[in-house]
Amino acid sequence: MELHYASAPENASIARLASRYQMFVDGKFIDGQGPDLESTNPATGKPLAAVSSASAADVDTAVAAARRAYENVWSAMPGAERGKYLFRIARGIAERARELAVLETLDNGKPIRETRDFDVPNAAQHFFYYAGWADKIQHAGFGSRPGALGVAAQVIPWNFPLLMAAWKLAPALAAGNTVVIKPAETTSLSILILAEIIADAGLPAGVVNILPGAGDIGAALVEHDGVDKVAFTGSTAVGKKIQHSLAGTHKKLTLELGGKGANIVFADAAQDQAVEGVVNGIFFNQGQVCCAGSRLLVQESIAEEFLDRLKTRAAALRVGDPLDKNTDVGAINSAAQLTKITELCAAGSNEGAGRWTSPAMLPEQGFFVAPTIFTDATASMRISREEIFGPVLAVSTFRTPDEAVAKANNTPYGLSAGVWTEKGSRAMGVAAGLKAGVVWDNTFNKFDPTAAFGGYGESGFGREGGPSGLAAYLNTDDEGVL
Amino acid sequence: MARVAVSKTYKLYIGGVFPRSESGRTYQVTDRTGTFMANAALASRKDGREAVSAARKGHVTWAKATPYNRGQVIYRIAEMLEGRRTEFTSALVDTLDMDPAKAAEEVDAAIDRLVHYAGWTDKIAAVFGGSNPVSGPYFSYSAPEPTGVVAAVAPSGNALLGLVAVIAPIICSGNSVVIVADAATPNVAIAFAEALATSDLPAGVVNILTGQAAEIMPYLASHGDVNALDLSAAGAVLRTTLAQAASETVKRVYAPKGSPDYAAIPGTGRLRAFLEIKTLWHPVGAVSLTGGGSY
Amino acid sequence: MSKPAAAATTPAAKQPTPAAKQPAPAAGPHVAPQPLPVQRSKPGLPPDVAAISASNSSLKAFLHALPAVDPVGLEARVAVLGTRSIKKDSKLQLIDLAISMVDLTTLEGADTEGKVRNLCRKALLPDPDYPDTPRTAAICVYPDMVRTAATTLAGSGIRVASVATAFPAGRSSLEVKLADIALALEAGADEIDMVIDRGAFLSGNYAKVFEEITAAKKACGQTVLKVILETGELGTYDGVRRASWLALLAGADFIKTSTGKVSPAATLPVTYLMLQAVRNWHDMTGQRRSVKAAGGIRTTKDAIKYLVMVNEVAGASWLDPDYFRFGASGVVNDLIMQRRTQKEGHYSGPGYVTVD
Repeated sequence: MELHYASAPENASIARLASRYQMFVDGKFIDGQGPDLESTNPATGKPLAAVSSASAADVDTAVAAARRAYENVWSAMPGAERGKYLFRIARGIAERARELAVLETLDNGKPIRETRDFDVPNAAQHFFYYAGWADKIQHAGFGSRPGALGVAAQVIPWNFPLLMAAWKLAPALAAGNTVVIKPAETTSLSILILAEIIADAGLPAGVVNILPGAGDIGAALVEHDGVDKVAFTGSTAVGKKIQHSLAGTHKKLTLELGGKGANIVFADAAQDQAVEGVVNGIFFNQGQVCCAGSRLLVQESIAEEFLDRLKTRAAALRVGDPLDKNTDVGAINSAAQLTKITELCAAGSNEGAGRWTSPAMLPEQGFFVAPTIFTDATASMRISREEIFGPVLAVSTFRTPDEAVAKANNTPYGLSAGVWTEKGSRAMGVAAGLKAGVVWDNTFNKFDPTAAFGGYGESGFGREGGPSGLAAYLNTDDEGVL
Repeated sequence: MARVAVSKTYKLYIGGVFPRSESGRTYQVTDRTGTFMANAALASRKDGREAVSAARKGHVTWAKATPYNRGQVIYRIAEMLEGRRTEFTSALVDTLDMDPAKAAEEVDAAIDRLVHYAGWTDKIAAVFGGSNPVSGPYFSYSAPEPTGVVAAVAPSGNALLGLVAVIAPIICSGNSVVIVADAATPNVAIAFAEALATSDLPAGVVNILTGQAAEIMPYLASHGDVNALDLSAAGAVLRTTLAQAASETVKRVYAPKGSPDYAAIPGTGRLRAFLEIKTLWHPVGAVSLTGGGSY
Repeated sequence: MSKPAAAATTPAAKQPTPAAKQPAPAAGPHVAPQPLPVQRSKPGLPPDVAAISASNSSLKAFLHALPAVDPVGLEARVAVLGTRSIKKDSKLQLIDLAISMVDLTTLEGADTEGKVRNLCRKALLPDPDYPDTPRTAAICVYPDMVRTAATTLAGSGIRVASVATAFPAGRSSLEVKLADIALALEAGADEIDMVIDRGAFLSGNYAKVFEEITAAKKACGQTVLKVILETGELGTYDGVRRASWLALLAGADFIKTSTGKVSPAATLPVTYLMLQAVRNWHDMTGQRRSVKAAGGIRTTKDAIKYLVMVNEVAGASWLDPDYFRFGASGVVNDLIMQRRTQKEGHYSGPGYVTVD
């Protein structure tokens, strides 16, 4: 028999969508002086809500508020008290989890299964984890009393809007900094609900300020003389600009940039689980993940069989309405991103890679891409070198472990890699040889607030998560100065 | 009649050997009285390129060495210096007009600094890494690894201690270094290189260029095979231009505020500046099918 | 009208709107994937059973060369499948399918003819208030109860399955096991559920297991042979995969998880591996073998999770009582209750469902 899963959509009204959202500055929801942004539902391509955006003057106001809050309240507050605010925020996220999940799915386009089971619970966990650090900074391994830096300017991407906000805010606040944060232009809604949670938690005014806006506001924020720390997650191109503009300023900078992660599958791998890992590696969040396993390196002796299994599995992915609980692959975040993916796919075909596209039905409206696999993708092809940030996998083969490591490392990036083998010594040896900040052995795309995450090379520097994520927001310069 | 002294030619230290600058250029080093002492090699852009290439090879070998072995080698460097205390002391006195007692103190401090870092090599992973108590059936740990090839500017003043204080924390985790020596004291830097050459340090782990940091460093800062810069001893203007160049390849840049006090007890900032934290995840399955929910 | 996106492999890049879009299918955006969307470019050769089973060492070489199973990855995959949300018409469809797949089972020392007759009546008419409720696939009893069941069910189309081969431990001689099968067959069994010798399997004597299955298969002739692996005693998922392939090589029509006498009985991860094995067997040989999950399936929710897994791991063509069965008893009443809920629009209760 043919089994149709009746559509099982989450109720959109749970998101309590407003027609317009305001900025959050100095403890108040206010209108910015910038033009309103229009948030689009990527699943329909239709407008979702208007968002008030910041002007350069608003950046001044927000940084000044953050400075006042830092000097008057936050830096003087005992760590234990700071921690209690963070615990409250963690609880607040958990209490409004369903609303946040639905809102995030509407605004971002990612499947409700992911926002519900991954983004939102992990955001809450991140606050809970760093809350506990607030009164234990001296035990984090960076000297007896590393101080806060002051005002942190943070710019976050659209692929995990709420989770990235949590990754940025929680350690910054735990370490004793105040924050001005700019969400991505296309995904401002969930962080503005987080602002409500922050306000409800009673966090002192000005400790967290949220400025929706486009890239110019991000630039104005990170270059602002009043900030002491800059944290950016986004593209390598923008990261380089920020690093350039901050040269010589003594602002502490951490960058979490792009990637072109390799998933290496050896002949002795647990193949079915490797297939799952490869699928998860590139199709999780429509492949819009900086640490996506966007290159598959499979040992030549099993390549044909493995690719058959992979395609069979990828063909079973359900692409469609992100609000449907049975959707595996949702919508691409924006028309612009869709264009970029489409363009790179065309390049892959033109450069001679073998293209396989999932037979999954795509909805009529909205920004959707069917899971795509390019075989015989040589190292020189754009699909093998450039970060596509979409559900597109580039496959090549290798013969020996040495060759696998060399190919995996053959990129200016160095964020993530996967290794699939049942041989323990090989797993550990290959992991040691990979120039990547996160190596997943026999698994992929696992994240935890306790575990450091960040890249080598052009994937950025500094870490998020764990004690090293805390260090990013502390003055850890402990050298004596004259 | 007084014996005619054998004067020394100071060459570069690249890949474990002492070549002249490929440019053929030299510059004059004078003693405390301004009297000509020696010609030192004036390193060029191409010497920088050679040094980076040697440093890459040196890094690969050095990073694979066991931490215990790296500790022993760095301790060995200290031993070599200890045996040449008088030579270094008089070099400092001659070149910088230092008080002999102060000069001896600086040499001793440099030796002690090496011993300090010799003891760090096999502690770094334990202090800056550890297992991550993740929420799931995975064993996860984060461990520091060396960043790779570091290009550094040596401080002026503290000719030996400053050099050691910059180099030792970079190499003790497995990095290699290309360092542009203080232009005024190439004799001290190259004497140190001679001590390195007689220790068991693999070729290319430390590469010393003599000449002008402002001339050579821009090439190193933009070099695609250099992973990090130590600009703590660079002046403000040079810092900014080098840090800007570093952004083209997202290099790590160590340039803390203020002028470092090399005589102070070192913290860990310099060590940490040239580490990458790698996090590894591995599934943990229970061993038995009958063990309950998870097999 | 729907059309697979694969048809548009070179989307025009000129416009910022999705180029690979196709009209949505009438039934909504989702259509189940085709059962075998990927044609193997070079089909795997069917296993050379004679060569593989020539000796214990050749069997061992084959079984130990099967890809390993990572338990954490397997369980994570199964957990995601378990989050599929099945509502409305799909749910009713799966409830009916699940009832029609049940081998309604009683395997107690206390079994009597009366108990067996009652169970047969339950199989014939699961819900007297709703005569359109599907009948179960079979009744599963011990050999000495087969005649009673066969008599009660005569002409109904409901099959009589009998456990045999010194069930549940299987600790007897091959002669006794074959005699057990003969007893069940003579009494009118349509299907035989045999157990493998787990001791032989665990000690690496794969040849003994193989020979017992082939002997049982020979004894069964055209009668369906289900081979119980008793996965709860095999120790590892790798063991489950090897035992599945061993049974398939030896000619099992069904591979079945458990006797129900050992805990854990059927689990989703174990069944996943067995479904994967029959799927791979089909890809290689074109033969469609079957899977039975027995024991531990108590609720409609459980049953639906299994069927989602059958659909997504083996394929939609395994959603058929010939290719997938549940060995269970209690689950039928929960299925009936949920069926009533779907039909009546309000929750039903145990008082409205017959207890036999």
